[in-house]
Amino acid sequence: MSLALAPGRRPGRPRYRLRRAVVETLCLALGFVLVIWSLMPVYNMVLIALSEHGAVFSGDIWPHAPSLESFVVVWTQGFWYLEHFWRQFGNSFFVGLMTMFLTLLIGSLTSFTIGRLRLRHGWLLTNAALLTYVIPASFLAIPFYRIMQGYGLGDNPWSVIAAMVTFATPYAIFIFQQYGKSIPMELDESARIDGASPLQIYVWIYLPLMAPALVAVGTYALLLAWNEYLYQFLLLSSPDVMTVPVALAQFLNSDESPWNYMMATAIVYAVPPIVMYYGFRRYMAAGLTMGGVKG
Amino acid sequence: MSSTQQVLAVGRPVAVNHPWRPVWPGGLHGSEYSWAIAFLIPYVAVFLAFVAYPVAYGLWMGSKPELYADLAADPLYLRTVVNTLLYVGIGVNVKMFLAFLLSGFFMSRSRWIKALLILYMLPWALPAIPAFLAVHWMLVGQWGFLNSLLSALFGIDGPIWFNSYWLALGANIVADIWKWMPFWTLIFLAGRTAIPQDIYDAADVDGATGVRRFAHVTFPLLANLYLVCTLLATLWMFGDFTTVYFVSGGAPARSTEVLATLGIHEAFDFAAPQLGVATVMSALPLLIPLVIVLMRKVHTMEVQL
Repeated sequence: MSLALAPGRRPGRPRYRLRRAVVETLCLALGFVLVIWSLMPVYNMVLIALSEHGAVFSGDIWPHAPSLESFVVVWTQGFWYLEHFWRQFGNSFFVGLMTMFLTLLIGSLTSFTIGRLRLRHGWLLTNAALLTYVIPASFLAIPFYRIMQGYGLGDNPWSVIAAMVTFATPYAIFIFQQYGKSIPMELDESARIDGASPLQIYVWIYLPLMAPALVAVGTYALLLAWNEYLYQFLLLSSPDVMTVPVALAQFLNSDESPWNYMMATAIVYAVPPIVMYYGFRRYMAAGLTMGGVKG
Repeated sequence: MSSTQQVLAVGRPVAVNHPWRPVWPGGLHGSEYSWAIAFLIPYVAVFLAFVAYPVAYGLWMGSKPELYADLAADPLYLRTVVNTLLYVGIGVNVKMFLAFLLSGFFMSRSRWIKALLILYMLPWALPAIPAFLAVHWMLVGQWGFLNSLLSALFGIDGPIWFNSYWLALGANIVADIWKWMPFWTLIFLAGRTAIPQDIYDAADVDGATGVRRFAHVTFPLLANLYLVCTLLATLWMFGDFTTVYFVSGGAPARSTEVLATLGIHEAFDFAAPQLGVATVMSALPLLIPLVIVLMRKVHTMEVQL
């Protein structure tokens, strides 16, 4: 495109070879910029985690005396902000997995009823879900907080799970409905003629055939909960109930916190989603395509 | 041109409201109907308890007109509105435009560009908190990583980023772009791969290459996807709390707050929950038209299908 229009520098050579060389060079330059752009904050995170406490702001651009001390501190919970680290890590997993499970269950039941049983007026629910999908979550945080206190769920992980499930189900319903269209209705009909109840069709036909969509949406829901900060911060307060993001933000309460411990914690927290993302990359891409493109 | 229409019909998840067809001969009855109702109960309960009720409660909390008079008289609020418009307006457009161009770059068949894509996805794969903490620490104070790098490579003394309004606002915008551009690039990449090759072949025969192929083939085919994604990105960025809270934190002196962070501060740090709700609700006149356009786009897409 515009790359191809770049003026040549060596007019002696055949035009197309010159053009190719220019395009190649520009591509390499762009690639180089993208690598720097993507990795710089990540590198900084690793750099701080490997530094000594006093050396964080010394102006070094590579670790002079790299030490794994901060990771050891995180591992052994050897700092008072990190006293409950593994407990909090477990809480994050609990919230994420429960969000995943409930989103899949509720989302698949709903789209099975609307899409396969063809319940009259089912589209009303689809539109309700679409509306939920476009409400910015942070705009609902204040009333949500009040209501959770009213339900008696203050400082309880289930309140966060409820919030995450609320915001993840609409996406699940859309993806499942899109994907469900590719499963032939004749399967349901023949099962019905054989006397299967809707529950049996859901368990034995619908769910197994939906497996790729379930993986895509499950990953999405888990990562949504893992990425979320605001609701966890508002709804969880005691150290043994809170999740890692809330614990991480506690470091910011003081100007003298050991930033290397904070960054080591952040890196440990970032490992599961990165592993998951690269492990399920194929399915994630499939999920995006299903939702984003196949209309 | 059914294939073109399919490509034109790209978009985010679409509400399905087919005309009701009794696929089950004779419709649902008896126990099947009960099953259907039972299957819907969980979602209806979630919707009522955690969407409808909070929305109604929020509308009630922010329903007093005096609240809006208070807000209009507050210079911090007015500044926040300007910040939000700048943050969203610049952020969304730059992000979507660059993502669109980069998706073309990543269409390349070359092996190293495919490998680069995996690396480029890293900011998106990182959880939000570590990602934004890293960006903040890169810019903080006089010896954040970026300033150290500038001084080591070029001998320049970098600015103190969060002491300047424009630099701090810019840092928020760049951080958001850094985190979310990979995601939109992936969406556009998927959109581009869905364009059938024969359309390009036909354009080739007609002699359209390079810029003209882009302007007359690729872009028109992806325009709808681009619009829907831009609207969604706008809605999400309006509600974005984490980026501003962790990157600039409102610095310098609460001058770079956006509506989402200001609302939370008012509700929880200044014990004025109603004012907080009013702050975020004041964005509704802007958001509702966006939602309507988005819903309509989604509905016209169904007609094309």
